[in-house]
Amino acid sequence: MRTRVGRMKIIHTDVLVIGGGLAGLRAAIAAKRRGHEVITLSLVPPKRSHSAAAQGGMQASLANCIKGEGDNEDVHFEDTVRGSDWGADQRVVRMFVNTSPKAVRELAAWGVPWNRVRKGPRDVIINGERVEIVEKDEAHGLITARDFGGTKKWRTNYVSDGTGHSMLYAVSDQAIAASIPVHQRVEALSLIHEQGRCQGAIVRDLITGELRAYVARATCLATGGFGRIYRVSTNAVINEGIGAAIALETGIATLGNMEAVQFHPTAIFPAGILVTEGCRGDGGLLLDADGHRFMPDYEPEKKELASRDVVSRRMEQHIMAGKGVESRFGRHLWLDIRLLGRAHIEKNLREVKEICNYFLGVDPAEELIPVRPAQHYSMGGVRTDHNGQSPTLAGLFACGEAACWDLHGFNRLGGNSVAETVVAGMIVGESIADYCDSPASEICVDTARVRGFWKQEHDAIRSMLDGGGRESSVAILREMQDVMTDKVGIFRGPRRLEAAVDELRELLVRSRQIGVRTRSAGANPELVAAYRVRKMLKIALCVAYGALQRTESRGAHYREDYPRRDDRDWLKRTLATWPDEDQQLPSLSYEDLDVMSMELPPGWRGYGERDHLEHPDTPQRLAEIERVDEAHSGADRFQRQEALMPFRHLLPERYAGRNERLGEDTQ
Amino acid sequence: MNDATPARRLKINILRYNPRAEDSVPRVETFELEEAANMTLFMVLNEIRETLDPSLEFDFVCRAGICGSCAMMIDGRPGLACRTLTKDLADVISLAPLPVFELIADLSVNTGNWMRGMSERLATWIHANDASPDLDALESRMEPALAEEIYELERCIECGCCLAACGTAHMREDFVGAVGLNKLARFRLDPRDEREDDDYYELIGNDEGVFGCMSLLGCNDFCPKDLPLQTQIAFMRRKMLGAGLK
Repeated sequence: MRTRVGRMKIIHTDVLVIGGGLAGLRAAIAAKRRGHEVITLSLVPPKRSHSAAAQGGMQASLANCIKGEGDNEDVHFEDTVRGSDWGADQRVVRMFVNTSPKAVRELAAWGVPWNRVRKGPRDVIINGERVEIVEKDEAHGLITARDFGGTKKWRTNYVSDGTGHSMLYAVSDQAIAASIPVHQRVEALSLIHEQGRCQGAIVRDLITGELRAYVARATCLATGGFGRIYRVSTNAVINEGIGAAIALETGIATLGNMEAVQFHPTAIFPAGILVTEGCRGDGGLLLDADGHRFMPDYEPEKKELASRDVVSRRMEQHIMAGKGVESRFGRHLWLDIRLLGRAHIEKNLREVKEICNYFLGVDPAEELIPVRPAQHYSMGGVRTDHNGQSPTLAGLFACGEAACWDLHGFNRLGGNSVAETVVAGMIVGESIADYCDSPASEICVDTARVRGFWKQEHDAIRSMLDGGGRESSVAILREMQDVMTDKVGIFRGPRRLEAAVDELRELLVRSRQIGVRTRSAGANPELVAAYRVRKMLKIALCVAYGALQRTESRGAHYREDYPRRDDRDWLKRTLATWPDEDQQLPSLSYEDLDVMSMELPPGWRGYGERDHLEHPDTPQRLAEIERVDEAHSGADRFQRQEALMPFRHLLPERYAGRNERLGEDTQ
Repeated sequence: MNDATPARRLKINILRYNPRAEDSVPRVETFELEEAANMTLFMVLNEIRETLDPSLEFDFVCRAGICGSCAMMIDGRPGLACRTLTKDLADVISLAPLPVFELIADLSVNTGNWMRGMSERLATWIHANDASPDLDALESRMEPALAEEIYELERCIECGCCLAACGTAHMREDFVGAVGLNKLARFRLDPRDEREDDDYYELIGNDEGVFGCMSLLGCNDFCPKDLPLQTQIAFMRRKMLGAGLK
């Protein structure tokens, strides 16, 4: 497989998966099982990927536990669309909710020790009160679920609070069983492409410094989110958005909805380490400086369990109202899980307990946990169609947090991200295999062209090492992170956004003069920081500039000067490209969402702000839906759904079936 | 630490070496910095890299004690740097890379390759006859207590502390370590895995496996996840002895 052309090594494969977390590994397994050669690249050993940090669980409507009774794909669909504030692609949501139960069941067969239903009575905490619920005898031993924000049913399947860890180990071990090579500690620096066709990537070995070309018929980005453009983030230090950036730098691939950035309500203060939404799902409360439970004052319907965008906003609003707790690092609020009891915490929230012990010196069974919202998730990413392929750069696929597929719109529900990783891996992996089975995947490799991409990266690194630049990557990184956290955070105002864009542009210009003092061509953390920060600045500009242009509030994007959701003018997805390296701003365009094909037309979410500007098509679509409902009175839920918005033809055949549930006839 | 007490000056001695750089020799370098409130070794090492020496190599990913990247020798004992607080250490702190693993540079070692090799060797995945179950059907049932028991053993984060603390691993390059033995104990417990004790005996019924353990139990003492390694190794040894004597 390996050949040498001069000093440039070229490695050939059918499928190149960039990213060794859950999404990338699951896509790799799918393509490999269909008979294609796959190489996976990973910045770190794959089991150390950020997927491992997903604590609370994965949403799938199995409906086994008593508080999940009556749940199904329809309810999961509506919760997800409402959570997205109508920004999601509803066909993708349907594909997702139909596949998620299959993903949980596949993972169960692969060894994930999902917590199970125990028949009979048990005590739980609901709305601050201890109540007894009784689990059904016939559900005993099936996979159970906990409550999470923005959901009508208890739907979040879990393994204590180490769900992502167990999932990642099971999937990673399956990749090893399938003999999929994972090239560890390597980093993709650019995508090779010609005439609108992606052909692989230029990749740097982080141990030896070797620069290699990987040529592939299909390339899949599964590189996660970009939280580290912010100063305060729950993300792992490797979540710097480099995958999205190299797609952007092709000038052809588009990034979708980059301004849609989620802030998680409960990061421990001030370290920014996540404690799971499961704390609130299991009955934990948010308290202010007076020990008062304030969320019911703002959100009487869902209280602590409104969607994350709403809870984070209410928390910051409450702090601004003077109700925050003063500390030497600034103001915060309290998370109270004492009422859950020590036994529950030590069994179901043990990572939370360890984090509180080690980083705060706090015993959460006895003491309050200081929390404040922190950057957590990137809804935006590489824009793909429902198959996971870039609509503009053929042969480039993306899945998981790196992609804007678009499952989450402007706000993702807790438990839907780790679910998306495996579900998208399953679906996109099949679509990559279909693509590799088709003549469209054939490429004519021009090694001179490949060498051109290789030389560009080679020269860029040489000039950082030898160019005598005076700027410091550390200083520029810190300034960028401060700008993003201070000016492109939860509450966004026009003057701060304008200032942010200006400052980021200046930093981008300065970043062209970064010098590197460490001369080592091999392992060289200073060099790595230098080339990454240039890419991160472009991502930051997509976020800030997209936020400045979007003059409405939707999901996690909140504009103080435009507090209403505006479906009339803004029911559209932002697309960013960077066609010219010398540009200082991304080029933005917009893609309309079609109300007339929506199964669930825009309305009130059931929590959060009530007023919005209506889209002109909404009344007409609602009338249409009413007619469909009348025509299907007496029909089952599948027939009604099929009449409103068909989606099963979009799924790989193996995932198009109906999901069996206790007490539901699905045949 | 409260506001009234003056901040400590910390002296950090770091064993440094880049085996791939021709001019690099193993040496201890000392860095001085001021202690901050709630300071962890994650903060210390990043401050050194940002302000004193940008070439310093180390590994962090989650910085929350979840991913297992940052295991190193802290004052001679293996531990996770990200969740080690300086207030629990003396004014002079010594840091060195984990032994046993291939050195990348300074505090960075290649645990990833080692763990992949171990997984391939011990086949650390569920071996089921039915490789493609019907995903539309209800899942197989499992007793809730058993699922919890399996998770107890599955909490291993492959950080490598157990090998760094292991007498056998220092003498025997091919020893699978507590990490490997615990993994097979986990699969043995799992009814979804159809392997029998005879199959496990083929994998670890030898000196590279469970009979190589000298019961020094450094693994058990230094496991950052408090896995019950002592009981699992003893249990596996008993079972493998049974399988071997059959």
